[in-house]
Amino acid sequence: MTMVAETISTNGERASETPLLAVQDLRIEFRGKAETIVAVPKLSFEVKPGESFGLVGESGCGKSTTAMAIMGYLGATGVVAGGSIRFEGEELVNAPAHKLRAIRGRRIAMVYQDPMSALNPVKTIGAQLAEVPMLHLGASRVEALDRAAAMLKDVRLPDAGDMLKRYPHQLSGGQQQRVVIAMALLGRPSLLLLDEPTTGLDVTVESAVIDLIGELRRRYGTSLLFISHNLGLIAESCDRVGIMYSGELVEEAPTRELFGRPRHPYTQGLIDCIPDIGQGKHSRTLAAIPGHIPLPSERPRGCLFGPRCAGFRAGLCDRPGMSLEPVGERHVVRCVRWPELEVARRELPPLSGESAAPAAAITVSDITKFYHLGYQKTLKANEAVSFEAGKAEIVALVGESGCGKSTLARIVTGLDRATSGEIRMAGENIAAIEASARPKPLLQSIQMVFQNPDSTLNPSHSAGFSIRRSLKKFGIRKGKAAIDQRMRELLEMVRLSPDFAARRPSQLSGGQKQRIAIARAFASDPSLIVADEPVSALDVSVQAAVVTLLLDIQKTRHATMLFISHDLALVRHVADKVVVMYLGKVMEKGTVEEIFGGATHPYTEALISAIRSTKPEGAERKRVTLTGDTPSPVDVPRGCRFASRCHRKLGSICDREPPPIRRMSATHEIACHIPVEALETPRHQDEARDRS
Amino acid sequence: MAIFVAKRLAMMMLTMVAASFLVFAVCEFTPGSVARKSLGPFATQEQVDFLTKKLKADDPLLVRYGRWAGVLLGIIPDPLQDPSTGLNFKDPRGAQYFGNFGYSTLNKLPVNDVIWSRLGNTAILAGLAFLLIVPLSIVFGILSGLKEGGVLDRLLSVICITFTSIPEFASGVFLVTLFVILWPVLPGTSPLDSEGGWSVPSQLVLPVAVLVIYDFGYVARMIRVSMIGVMEKPYIRTAVLKGMSTRQVVIGHALRNAMIAPFTVLLLQINFLISGVVVTELVFAYPGFGRLLLDASLFGDIATIEAATLITVAIAVTTQFVGDLGYMLLDPRIRLR
Repeated sequence: MTMVAETISTNGERASETPLLAVQDLRIEFRGKAETIVAVPKLSFEVKPGESFGLVGESGCGKSTTAMAIMGYLGATGVVAGGSIRFEGEELVNAPAHKLRAIRGRRIAMVYQDPMSALNPVKTIGAQLAEVPMLHLGASRVEALDRAAAMLKDVRLPDAGDMLKRYPHQLSGGQQQRVVIAMALLGRPSLLLLDEPTTGLDVTVESAVIDLIGELRRRYGTSLLFISHNLGLIAESCDRVGIMYSGELVEEAPTRELFGRPRHPYTQGLIDCIPDIGQGKHSRTLAAIPGHIPLPSERPRGCLFGPRCAGFRAGLCDRPGMSLEPVGERHVVRCVRWPELEVARRELPPLSGESAAPAAAITVSDITKFYHLGYQKTLKANEAVSFEAGKAEIVALVGESGCGKSTLARIVTGLDRATSGEIRMAGENIAAIEASARPKPLLQSIQMVFQNPDSTLNPSHSAGFSIRRSLKKFGIRKGKAAIDQRMRELLEMVRLSPDFAARRPSQLSGGQKQRIAIARAFASDPSLIVADEPVSALDVSVQAAVVTLLLDIQKTRHATMLFISHDLALVRHVADKVVVMYLGKVMEKGTVEEIFGGATHPYTEALISAIRSTKPEGAERKRVTLTGDTPSPVDVPRGCRFASRCHRKLGSICDREPPPIRRMSATHEIACHIPVEALETPRHQDEARDRS
Repeated sequence: MAIFVAKRLAMMMLTMVAASFLVFAVCEFTPGSVARKSLGPFATQEQVDFLTKKLKADDPLLVRYGRWAGVLLGIIPDPLQDPSTGLNFKDPRGAQYFGNFGYSTLNKLPVNDVIWSRLGNTAILAGLAFLLIVPLSIVFGILSGLKEGGVLDRLLSVICITFTSIPEFASGVFLVTLFVILWPVLPGTSPLDSEGGWSVPSQLVLPVAVLVIYDFGYVARMIRVSMIGVMEKPYIRTAVLKGMSTRQVVIGHALRNAMIAPFTVLLLQINFLISGVVVTELVFAYPGFGRLLLDASLFGDIATIEAATLITVAIAVTTQFVGDLGYMLLDPRIRLR
């Protein structure tokens, strides 16, 4: 991290230098048969040599389109209708094809969002990597493969020679992204475009990839254009940041300055709506930004953010032709009211907290789920998982992909049957009863909110249909009028107007769809809600609104909730209890204060440490980076499941014997060989104390 | 792998049993008796009944099916070859051997004497057509799928759709009019003997042309759709943004992926070309497998129909198996580990 600070200071001196990339008044249009959509109306920014510039914004703000325009790849309908993109003094807009080909992959390279789909599934890693030096550096095949192997070592992939012979599907997501990064760096580019490079990766993998990018950048002196919606990542990887909204830059400043003193109400809103790992459930509500990004065809006059801004003044904010005004050194903002708004910075109210009632609503004991995959091959999805959730309590199940948290949710909801173990709800063991065999009252009492609202609502039925059907099936209301009345109440509960009932899912935004899904889940008056990553598919500003809503409803209905998430900051914000899982086993469980309080399992420590904070001072803390990938659940380690990646491994005992359960308190348990006293002084504790 | 092959073989056997039984059952409901057709319209009913009895054609369905299967597997001798029936059916291979398809009542010859040469003739026709269909459809499909809605795509699509929608008899008659009547450079019939003064290769030109014209457009359309899908994949974007030219991207990254799905369609054409070329064979009086099957069906020559059915099923299952192997070769994601 000190290295980053150095780069910042050198950049200060370089400020007068010619920029590596200069985007000036860029206008991008998509020309369809019937209409022309202006994706980016007028955009200007610069990336200086050696600098890392972050472009932040929510989906649909035009940030990826801008990256594609730089690469000259806008598809059949996209055109740069105005402005210029100059790279090392050369104009890229309307450049001839042979010139673009010479630049692509050689001088500007790109790292993509989804590494699995960015790699050709039928070609080996070696063949795909070798293409770059063969194409641009005139290398022979053998030479190119040598370079590829060396680069794979640079991106810290083990056994490079073997890796070259493998196919993309044989690698994990993190390994695939390292391959894509290696591919981008093979041409020794001076500019690297990173388009959401870690979205979709697990947090600990994300952390390792970001560290790797930072290290390679210092080593090769590559400039970065870092595109992301994740403010924490941007805060840590970039020197300067531009905030994009609906195709426009609304604020631009050096990173520290921007996150320390955000001037634009949108920037402020974005920062307020992400939960902070340093703060617990009852510290503050998540502030959602009302409304959504306007469609390109519906941009308002004047300030584009106006309709969603609390400080909007008619006659002032709706005048056209707003420009970026300087507010400090190298800090510009597109807001006419910024001096007044800064004074009126809103204080966020704390969330009123009440301790949950102790009576257990659901008790999970020793749940084991094995999938037999054939001869002597068993996938161990869950093994001896136990925890309990009290009435009206929120228990978070935390862990990375493949840890078995979703399998557990499937068993609780009856979509799958446990191999052994018990789940007691109202005195009955429901672990082995599938949904089709469950009596109606039981089905009614457990409802689920799914991850992806796009695929859970039937596109051919109206939004009201699924809510009405739930009401009718469970006999919550009898008669058409009563059902319709109740449906309107439910829509009101999720803050949607009743006319949404007639709309089809295709006419709803992601947040609205998830609200419908929540209304449907609560239609049957359930006592237990299983929420499987309910907001991870949503934009940050919408995420906050949906989480707040979910919490409100849960509290008023006194429903118990199993909240499945990989986002620890969010978990800290919503949960009462936390269960940390790894490879099908519980690593640690306790109250949210205990989990985030200090004494933790090494895995939890790594998870917490992987979270990037927008707080500039947060960047100074020592990070735990896990090496390697999660082992396959088919071939689990014999001893502690986490042993192969643990940074506090004691020795061979961790590989040989399953860890004992250390009771830290009545509610806090850690499965680890490390003795209690040593667990109580984990590495990040000092830092945690500093912040509080 | 061994398990995979064994499973496939078992499936093939099962399909053969089911198909052959179905054919038996369906023949049961077709009007007219074999005996009547053999003896002609002027034979008396008594003569017909007598022949029916000799052919054992009035036994129950299951008995006849069992007898046919027994003869085929070489478990029992063919009862029709028994001299006591007076049918004068003689097979030089003997009355009892494995693969005895019985006696063709239509041709008054053992089925084995008739069917293989016919199959060979059709194989020549189908093979030549297939050799042309594969490269033509790949070139047309890839070129039009490269840029959906482009000028080239529209031009090639019009050609493909027009050719595919012309029925074989229409294009056959059209080609005969052109090359036989107006500009007589080719023979109008293809009996595969040089008695008419035309060489055998020249007799193959028109039937092959009719098959290619009818079939390649359809396959090209399938490849086009697959190619369009592939060209929209993110890995094509990766390749383009590596700085590769369109030609390098297509050959290096798109082609193999685009051929994965149409591979099955291509192999299905073999089945079509073997048993579905009746119309072409009729137009050109080509002594092929399809025409044999048609004649046998019209006559009610159950032994020939059954033999043809089994051969077609075997070809279909084999091409499917080759298809699966090809899939594995093309797509490393589904290789057996």
